[in-house]
Amino acid sequence: MPGGNVLLEARGIVKRFGGLAANDRIDLAVHAGELHALLGENGAGKSTLVKILYGSLQPDEGAVSWEGRPTTVGNPAEARALGIGMVFQHFSLFEGLTVAENIALALPPDAAGRGLADDVRSVSESYGLPLDPAARVASLPVGVRQRIEIVRCLLQRPRLLIMDEPTSVLTPQEAERLFETLRRLAGEGCAVLYISHRLEEVRQLCHSATVLRHGRVVGRPDPKTASMADLARLMVGADVQGAGNREGRPAATGPVRLAVRGLSLEADTPFGVSLDDVSLEVRGGEIVGVAGVAGNGQDELFAALSGETPASDDAAIEIDGRACGRMGPRRRRRLGAAFIPEERLGHAAVPAMRLSENAVLTRHGTDPELATGGLLHLSQARGLARRIVERFDVRAPEGDPEAGALSGGNLQKFVVGRELDRRPGVLAVSQPTWGVDIGAATGIRRELAALARDGAAVLAISQDLDEILEISDRIAVISRGRLSPAVPTGDTTREAIGLLMGGAGD
Amino acid sequence: MRIELRQRTEDSRLMVWLSPLLALGLTLVFGTVLFAALGHDPLRALHVYFVKPLTEAWSLEEIVVKATPLALIGVGLALVFRANVWNIGAEGQYTVGAICGSVLPVMLPDLQGPLLLPAVLVCGALGGMAWAAIPAFFRVRFGASEILTSLMLVYVAQLLLDWLVRGPWRNPEGYNFPESRLFEADAVLPALAGRMHYGTVLALVAVAALAIVLGRTLKGFEFRVIGAAPRAGAFAGFSERRSIMAVLAISGGLAGIAGIGEVSGTIGQLHPSISPGYGFTAIIAAFLGRLNPVGVLFASLLLALTYIGGEAAQVSLGVSDKIARVFQGAILIFVLACDVFIRYRLHFQPMRRPAARAEDAP
Ligand SMILES: Nc1ncnc2c1ncn2[C@@H]1O[C@H](COP(=O)(O)OP(=O)(O)OP(=O)(O)O)[C@@H](O)[C@H]1O
Ligand SMILES: [Mg+2]
Repeated sequence: MPGGNVLLEARGIVKRFGGLAANDRIDLAVHAGELHALLGENGAGKSTLVKILYGSLQPDEGAVSWEGRPTTVGNPAEARALGIGMVFQHFSLFEGLTVAENIALALPPDAAGRGLADDVRSVSESYGLPLDPAARVASLPVGVRQRIEIVRCLLQRPRLLIMDEPTSVLTPQEAERLFETLRRLAGEGCAVLYISHRLEEVRQLCHSATVLRHGRVVGRPDPKTASMADLARLMVGADVQGAGNREGRPAATGPVRLAVRGLSLEADTPFGVSLDDVSLEVRGGEIVGVAGVAGNGQDELFAALSGETPASDDAAIEIDGRACGRMGPRRRRRLGAAFIPEERLGHAAVPAMRLSENAVLTRHGTDPELATGGLLHLSQARGLARRIVERFDVRAPEGDPEAGALSGGNLQKFVVGRELDRRPGVLAVSQPTWGVDIGAATGIRRELAALARDGAAVLAISQDLDEILEISDRIAVISRGRLSPAVPTGDTTREAIGLLMGGAGD
Repeated sequence: MRIELRQRTEDSRLMVWLSPLLALGLTLVFGTVLFAALGHDPLRALHVYFVKPLTEAWSLEEIVVKATPLALIGVGLALVFRANVWNIGAEGQYTVGAICGSVLPVMLPDLQGPLLLPAVLVCGALGGMAWAAIPAFFRVRFGASEILTSLMLVYVAQLLLDWLVRGPWRNPEGYNFPESRLFEADAVLPALAGRMHYGTVLALVAVAALAIVLGRTLKGFEFRVIGAAPRAGAFAGFSERRSIMAVLAISGGLAGIAGIGEVSGTIGQLHPSISPGYGFTAIIAAFLGRLNPVGVLFASLLLALTYIGGEAAQVSLGVSDKIARVFQGAILIFVLACDVFIRYRLHFQPMRRPAARAEDAP
């Protein structure tokens, strides 16, 4: 482990939200040149802690020192002036602005002048994270948005870089490139505080680790020597079982419940991806995984399935034998379908609305008790939200909180639970376990498997190849808007899929 | 010492209630300074402005009369604003509502009967809706900002009214004054008591109806979702275009009813100045009332007081009647400023230079 000086030290950090102590007397020291992992299950308090270090939250108690001097970080600008950069778990970008404009906003005014576009291009390329400075953020897929945030931090030449789940939306290749970058930064003496639920990458990358549970430090294992199971047990406080591999199961013989036939859709923005003659069948009882590099048409495929972008031809999509290509989301849900998009804030859920209202969001068309004759039944909605919270172990603040007050992974559990609770016959899900801790991720995967076992057709779009390989019966690969034929998981290899992801199928 | 704003972990419930009161307090302080600067005794002036109108029956009546159009327009605006649609042109919808509602009484003065009044009101509502449908159409079809289009249409509507009452609709027996003929009895909104008329009942019904729509119905939920997160709305299966059309039609219709209600119930004929800026003042009412229909009702009463107080101040102190506008503007600014403290709190921090520290470190 690199023996740099202590760069940042936090002592006895306490942060309460109402009655809940999100951080409870946390001590943490980060050394120069160190890659330090911050681990813990959903809601353990990781994001809260790093927000305090970055000055976007103020601690109720505790002290921070920077290079041995006591300091208070009043706001993010002060943090940046100290040399602390941060990539947030949820994006903090202005969709209407370009990449370069977004970056300029975070820089000191004198650095944001002319030549910034060139800086952006050169820094992003030298770190292997290519960006087009003139692209408008609204048109970019999540993987690229993540890159903007990272490049924005790197441009400030930080001495401590905080990353809150940076890889959850990156492809394995992109993640690998990011690790190179981080190793290089560490070699140059920069410290990195790294939050991730992917224990494998933490073991590869990090020199040291701090594990939180319920807002407290429960261990400081050495990630190089600790096993995955050790780390998982520390985080969850119990043993974690896998969801069970589906390889070798007999092929599903149920009826075709979801069919896509020759679907072509022009991209509606210049930066979107056009879908080109996509065909796919999912039978009851099976999970079909769609692998692919971010920005190859996953968002467009999902929107076409959910009905947010209706097709021009009714026959292009069938749910349980009913042609529904031109139906909107509500009517498709009434046919028994359910959808879970990848972006939870602002797409799957409204952050400023309560959980009960967010339950109404996708269930009002199918659950008559939530709305009859156009009238909302708020007490029923609260009951439904409570049921989802209990059944899917969502750790949320008391009562009926706003969706924005949940930790990232817990909101994901709620959003997934909201749809699974309906026992849909057809489920299309994108990034089902994005930002969910290892225990909960296994739980969600197990739920998906159970849903399929009960006869539902499940289509899972994911950039996490391990996840695809673990849960899918058959795998298709999307590349530049075209979908390869789905092949049984047992008949394919990582390499074959990797080649298709690179566009070898064209 | 440096003062900064820090985001609260959750909205302050206390400030939600305190902010309008704080804003009123600041407005009074502002008024004190203003009157002092104008050379009046501030206490007496504020008394004339804010207290005296509340002590006399006729001025209380007048407050209700003026609050009626404000509440009708204001609740409609609360709805559109919640849906994140910025209808700034309620004044124009009010004017066109008044014009369309006057078509029957002015062009067919012989038409009488119990159905005339409902027909007049419906025409007024349709006129306001149609005027609001224009920015709605340009917004959903071409993505044009409704802020600009609706505002520009205000001036078109006012010029249209001006032309009508000076030209084709001028009262033949009106000695060449720019005004239409008087409404016949069957076209007049009946009086409740004194100068107050049944428009007030319509306003109360509108407040109750929109409170239910926003808080209790799926449609209202739809509008709020579209306003807060359009993408989540599309995912839920709500149509953003239809929501924009619907909220603009409702708010335009209510402004139209306010317009024809004022002409039929209070003025009795069309003339070029049928509004002291109700459509703009209602924007203040909507925000002061926290975009909440019941809140808008109270805010309308308060803003009506600023109109009456302004008139009183003009009479007994000799200040310009524009002073009412000044007070309304001040209230809006203070409300918006105080609302910042719902999300943020003040933090006092000793001065220091973190950047310098980072550099002088070894
Ligand atoms: N603004 C807030 N108001 C109320 N409670 C909050 C707020 N922000 C976070 N919490 C609560 O604090 C706890 C810790 O949240 P935090 O976001 O730090 O978790 P996390 O470890 O980052 O989890 P995840 O892996 O899911 O992102 C959670 O129980 C969360 O519900
Ligand atoms: Mg988090």
